[in-house]
Amino acid sequence: MLDTSYYEKADEIIARHTREERSLIPIIQDIQEEYRYLPPELLTYVAKQIGITEAKAYSVASFYENFSFEQKGKYVIKVCDGTACHVRKSIPILERLYKELGLNDKKHTSDDLYFTVETVSCLGACGLAPAITVNDVVYPKMSPEKVVDLLKELRGE
Amino acid sequence: MGVMTIDGRKVEFTDEPNILTVIRKADIDIPTLCYHSELSVYGACRLCTVENDKGKTFASCSEPPRDGMVIYTNTPRLMKYRKLILELLLAAHCRDCTTCIKSGECQLQSLAHRMGVMDVRFENTKELQPIDDSSPAIVRDPNKCILCGDCVRMCDNVQAVNVIDFAYRGTKALVTPAFDKKIAETDCVNCGQCRVVCPTGAISIKTNMDVIWDLLADKDTKVIAQIAPAVRVAVGDQFGLPRGENVMGKLVNVLHRMGFDEVFDTSYGADLTVIEESEELLNRLESGEKLPLFTSCCPAWVRYCENRYPEFAENLSTCRSPQQMFGAVVREYYKDPEKNLGKRVVSVSIMPCTAKKDEILRPESSTNGKQDIDYVLTTTELVSMIRKSGIRFENLEIEASDMPFGIGSGAGVIFGVTGGVTEAVLRRLRKGHNRVDMDNIKFSGVRGEKGLKEVEFDYNGRTIRAAIVSGLGNADALLKRIKAGEVHYDFVEVMACYRGCVMGGGQPVPAGPRTKSARMKGLYDSDVNTQIKKSNENPLVQTLYDGLLKGKEHKLLHRNFEAAKNE
Amino acid sequence: MKIENRTELKEYRTECQKRQRAKCRVLICGGTGCLAGGSDKIYQKMLELTKNDGNVSVEFGAEIAHTKVMKSGCHGFCEMGPLVRIEPHNYLYIKVSPDDCEEIYQKTICEGKSIERLLYHMDGQVYASQEEIPFYAKQTRLVLKNCGHIDADHIEGAMVVGAYSALEKALFEMTPESVIDMIYESNLRGRGGAGFRTGRKWKQVASQKEKIRYVVCNGDEGDPGAFMDRSIMEGDPHRMIEGMMIAAYAVQAQEGYIYVRAEYPLAIQRLETAIHQAEEIGILGDHILGTNFSFRLHINRGAGAFVCGEGSALTASIEGKRGMPRVKPPRTVQQGLWAKPTVLNNVETYANVPMIIQNGAEWYLGIGTPESPGTKAFALTGNVRNTGLIEVPMGITLREVIYDIGGGIQNGKKFKAVQIGGPSGGCLTEKQLDSKMDFDSLAKIGAMIGSGGLVIMDENTCMVEVARFFMSFTQRESCGKCVPCREGTKRMLEILERIVAGNGKPTDIDELRELADMIESTALCGLGKSAPKPVISTLNAFAEEYREHIEDKKCKTGVCTNLRQFQIDLDICKGCSKCARNCPAGAIEGELKSPYHINQEKCIKCGACMEQCPFKAISVAR
Repeated sequence: MLDTSYYEKADEIIARHTREERSLIPIIQDIQEEYRYLPPELLTYVAKQIGITEAKAYSVASFYENFSFEQKGKYVIKVCDGTACHVRKSIPILERLYKELGLNDKKHTSDDLYFTVETVSCLGACGLAPAITVNDVVYPKMSPEKVVDLLKELRGE
Repeated sequence: MGVMTIDGRKVEFTDEPNILTVIRKADIDIPTLCYHSELSVYGACRLCTVENDKGKTFASCSEPPRDGMVIYTNTPRLMKYRKLILELLLAAHCRDCTTCIKSGECQLQSLAHRMGVMDVRFENTKELQPIDDSSPAIVRDPNKCILCGDCVRMCDNVQAVNVIDFAYRGTKALVTPAFDKKIAETDCVNCGQCRVVCPTGAISIKTNMDVIWDLLADKDTKVIAQIAPAVRVAVGDQFGLPRGENVMGKLVNVLHRMGFDEVFDTSYGADLTVIEESEELLNRLESGEKLPLFTSCCPAWVRYCENRYPEFAENLSTCRSPQQMFGAVVREYYKDPEKNLGKRVVSVSIMPCTAKKDEILRPESSTNGKQDIDYVLTTTELVSMIRKSGIRFENLEIEASDMPFGIGSGAGVIFGVTGGVTEAVLRRLRKGHNRVDMDNIKFSGVRGEKGLKEVEFDYNGRTIRAAIVSGLGNADALLKRIKAGEVHYDFVEVMACYRGCVMGGGQPVPAGPRTKSARMKGLYDSDVNTQIKKSNENPLVQTLYDGLLKGKEHKLLHRNFEAAKNE
Repeated sequence: MKIENRTELKEYRTECQKRQRAKCRVLICGGTGCLAGGSDKIYQKMLELTKNDGNVSVEFGAEIAHTKVMKSGCHGFCEMGPLVRIEPHNYLYIKVSPDDCEEIYQKTICEGKSIERLLYHMDGQVYASQEEIPFYAKQTRLVLKNCGHIDADHIEGAMVVGAYSALEKALFEMTPESVIDMIYESNLRGRGGAGFRTGRKWKQVASQKEKIRYVVCNGDEGDPGAFMDRSIMEGDPHRMIEGMMIAAYAVQAQEGYIYVRAEYPLAIQRLETAIHQAEEIGILGDHILGTNFSFRLHINRGAGAFVCGEGSALTASIEGKRGMPRVKPPRTVQQGLWAKPTVLNNVETYANVPMIIQNGAEWYLGIGTPESPGTKAFALTGNVRNTGLIEVPMGITLREVIYDIGGGIQNGKKFKAVQIGGPSGGCLTEKQLDSKMDFDSLAKIGAMIGSGGLVIMDENTCMVEVARFFMSFTQRESCGKCVPCREGTKRMLEILERIVAGNGKPTDIDELRELADMIESTALCGLGKSAPKPVISTLNAFAEEYREHIEDKKCKTGVCTNLRQFQIDLDICKGCSKCARNCPAGAIEGELKSPYHINQEKCIKCGACMEQCPFKAISVAR
C-alpha cells in the first residue's frame, strides 16, 4: 500500500486532465514524471478514477516502452542504439555501463537506486553519435571511457 | 449488391460485411482463427488472406465486397502462406496435443492438419508460463495462447467485463489480467464466454469429472443429478443427432447407466423460482421499493452487478437461482433417513454454465453450513464423460426423470433462453391457460435473439414495464441508462450470455449460427410439447409447497445469509 | 492582445519587424546538440554582455545545430560545440565557448569583424558566412529555411519572416475548396513514407458526410537515423502549425492533434510555447482573425512505441489505447480519430503547405520532378564526411547527395551501401547511385524515401549485420498483433542472429526468403509488410557476403566477432610468444623467436591475442 501522499498527488494530476479513456496516457506520463516510475497501485487508482478497467489500463501501460512499474534510479541513462549510434559503436558503451553498475539486459536499475540504464531506438541525435541521455540531457559522442567519467561525475565523486 | 468472381465462379452478394462471408456463402471454408461474426473484425491471424486478379493479397475478413471483384482463395501461393503462418503459430505453441483437453476440437490443430503442416522448423523459444487454475470456472494455459484476441474482445466488447486483456507487445505480448494477477483475484464473473471463443486449449473449463467418476463408483454414496433446461438441447448433435433436439430422455438414461442414483429436472427448480419471483415482484410493486427488480438466476450477472453496480445490489431478487432452490429442496428431502438409506448424498447439477461452478461456492448457497450443491458438471464435461463411458448415446431409449422432482412446466424449460424467465413470470401473473393466452404472451416481444427486448403488460390495471437483456455488455449499457434515469422498468431479466443459457460458457463448442438458433428452437419446442404451461400449475410443485416446504419457503428458496450459517 | 482582423494582423507584423530592427542579431543554437555543448551558458553570457546595448538582440533556441555544417573530417559541428550566428553579417561561429563571448561582443558585434578561429574551415579555405559554405550551396532549403534563422521560442520572430501569411491568404482570399484544389494541383505528396497525394487525402476527408473532423500531425518520427521532423518542430514550429491550420480550414475541422515522440522533449516544449503564443494573439482559438474559422490544437506525447508512426496505431494511441494498427478499410480519411474523418499528415508535409498556398501550385511544380514535386529533407548520417540535415529538390541523385553535399565517405574509405527509408526501406549499392531520389524512382529499385533517413555505409560495414540490426529493431517494435509480423520477424531475426554468430545453415537463405515473402504479402500494416525489406535488399545485393558468413564462416569486415579470422603477420611477428601465453583456447602455436600461427579451428575469436601483441602483428583477415 502506498503512502496517501501518492494518491493525493495522483488526484492533483488527474485534475489537470479529463476523466476519460483518452487521458490515461497523459495522466500516467505525468505520474511517471513525478516518481520516475509508475507505481502499480496508482495505475489501478487512475483506472478507477477515469472509469476504465484495471486490465485495460495495464494493457495500455505495458504496451508502451516508456512506462515502468519498477522504481527507477535517480539518473536514468538511455543509450541510443539507433542506426547512426550503432554504426559508431554504441554497444561497447552499454556494455561498459552494465559492467560498471553490475547490471544486465534483465536488471536495469542499480541496487542503490542511483542509476537505471536503458537502450533507446533512436534519440534523433544522430549527428552526435554515439549519444546517450541522462535524465533527458543529451551527452554527445560518448565512449566507454567517457561514460565511466560521467558516472563518477554524477555520483559526485 | 453485386456479383464478384471467387475462384472463377460468379458469386452474388447483398449486404455481406466482408469478402470472407461471401466466400463462405460460396461454400468455401476459408480458414481463420480470429474471425467471429459477433466480434469486431480484428484481422490478426491473416489466414483468410486472398489474392485478386492483379496478384495483390489482402485479408478477406476486413475487405468489403465490391461489384466485379475477382479473387482467388486457394492459389498455391496462398496455401504456402497459410501453411507457414500455421507453422509459425505451432512453433510458439505448446505442442502436447495428444494430452490436451482441446485435442480433436482445437482449431489450430485441425487447421494445421488441413493445411498439411507436417514439420515445424522453428524451436519454441517462449518462456514457459504458469497455468492459472485459480478460478472455479476456467483454467488458463498461456502456453497454448495464439494471441488471436477472441477472448479479449469477448470479455471486453461483448461482456463489458474486461478482466483479461493484452499486455506487453511483440513476441512478449500475452493475454492476462492486470499485473499478471490470477483470474480468481479479478472481477471475473465466470461466464466462460472467453472459453467459448478460444480456438485452442488456452482457456478451458475447470473440470470435476474425475471426482464424479469416483463418487459414482462408491456404493455408500447416493449421487443425485439435476439437469438444466439448456443442457438437453446441446448434447444430441455431439452424438450425431440433429442439432437442438431435446434429448432429455436419453440423458436420464445415460446418467442412470453411468451410476447416478436419481436424475431430476432443474425445470422443476425453475418453477419454484417463477412462483417466488412473481410474488416478490408483486410485493415490490406494492411497496414501490427496490425497483426495478433484477432477476438473480444468472450467477455471472449477480457477480457483475455486485462488482460493477453495487448500488443496484438491493434490486437483485432475493430468490435463489433454480439450481440453488432445487439444491436446497433436495438436501432437505434427503435429510430423511428413509430417503437417504443411510448413504451420503452428493448433489450434482448438470449445467450449460461455468458460473454455476462459482455459484455453489457462494456463502448464501449453503444451508446450515453445508453446500447445497456439491458439484457442477458442464454440458461439455458430461459429453466427455459419456464418450469415456463408451455408451452409445444416440441409440439409447428414452427414460423418464425420477420422482418426486422429475417434472417441470413449459415455463420452467424456457428458462434456458433469453426472455424465458420473463415469459414464465408473465404466464404466472396473467390469467388464462389456453393457447390464445399463451400466444399473446409469446408475441408480446419476449422472444427473439435481440440483446435487449422491452415488453409492457397489464397487471390488474397497472402497466408493468419489463426489459429483457442478454449479454453483459448489453446489460451494462442498460444499467447506465437506468442509472442516468433515461429509462424506467419494473422488472429486468438479465442473462450474462448472449441468447441465454443455451449459449452458456459450459456448452459444447464450436456452435455456429445454425446451432445457436436450433438450441433456442429446441427449448421452445419442448414447451409446446408440455401439457403444463404455468409453473404454478405443476402438480409436483403444489405438493412441495403443501408438504416439505411449509414454513421453510424463505429459508430454502431465498438468498438468505443467516440461513447459510450453521444452525 | 487578440488580433481581430486582417488589418490588425498586418499591424502586428509590422510591429514585430520594428521590434526586431536591432542592428545586430545574435542567434545562439538551442538545439539538442548545442544545448548538450552548453549553449545555454553562452546565451546567458551574451545577454549579460549586451544588456545595455539597444542595438543588439540575442536570441536563443533556433535550431542551427541540426543543419550540421560539417568541418572537413569526421566530426560534425554539433559534436564540437555550440553554434552562434551573427546577423546581419551572417557569420557562423562554431565550437563557441562562454569564454569566447567577450571577444565576440567586442570584435564582431561592436566592430563588425569576424573572428577567424571560430569560423568554418574546409580544405584550407575559411568561410565567413553560412550561406557560402559549399554544403549549403547544393541544397534547396525551403521547409528548413527558417530553422536556425529565427527565434523559435517567440512568435514575433516567425511573424517577421511571414508566418501565418499563407493562413491569412487562405482565410481571406480562398474558399476551403480552392485551398484543397491548390494542394491537389501542386501534387504535394506525403513526406511520411508512402508518398500519398496530400490533396487527394484532404478531398476525401472533405467529402465525408460526417461533419466532425480532425486534423492530426504525425510527429512520431521513430525511424532510427531520421530527425528531420524534430528539426522542424524545434526550429520552426509555427510553419507546421500554420500548415495544420490550413488543412483544418480546408476540411472544416475544428480540432487538431500533434503526436510527438516522447524522446523529443524540446520539440514538445517548443510546440507548447508556439501554441500558447498563437492562442494569446488570437491566431489559434475561436473565430480566428475575426472569421468563422475556429481551431484548437492539442499535443500528445508518445510513450515509446515505434508502431505509433502507423496512422491507425497513432490515432488509437491518442484515444488512450494500445497503439496497434487496425484493419483497413475503413481508412483514416473515413474513420480515423474517434472514428471521425481525419486528415493525418506528417510534420514535413504540413510544413510544405504554407509556401504552396503563398506561391501557388505552379511554383511548387517547378521544383523537383513533376511526379514528386518539391523538396525533401533527409538526415544524412553514417560513414559520410558531412553528416547532417539536408534539404534537396526531389529527383536529385544519390551520388550528388553523398559526394557533393556529404563530401564523400569518411576517412578515405570506399562506399559500400546506403540504407534509405529506415527499417522499412532498403539498401542501395554503387550501381544505384545515379538513381533519382523521388517516390517512384526509388520504389522501382526496391527502396523508399520513407521518412528520409540516409545512412551511408563504408566498406567496413557488414551487410548481414546491418540486416540483423534492422530486423532486431522491427522485431523489438512489433506490436504483436498479426502473426506474420510477430512470429515471422522473430524467426527471421533468429536466423540472422545465428548467421552472424557463425552458426548459419545452408537452408537459411531459403527460409529467410520464404518468411520475407509471406510477411510482405500478409502482414496487417505497412510497417509489418515492409519489415523484411532490409533483409531482402541486402540478400539481393550482397548474396556473396551472406554465403561467406554461412558457408565459409567468414565475415570480411571483421564486424561479426564470431566470424573474425585473426591472422599473424609473419613479417612483423617476433616470436615473443605473448599471444600464445594469453590465448585462452590454446589456439596459437609456434616456437620462440620464429613467427607463430593461429589454429583457426581452436580459435574462439576472443581477440585477446590481438590486444596483447606488442608489435601489432595480429589483425583480422579481410
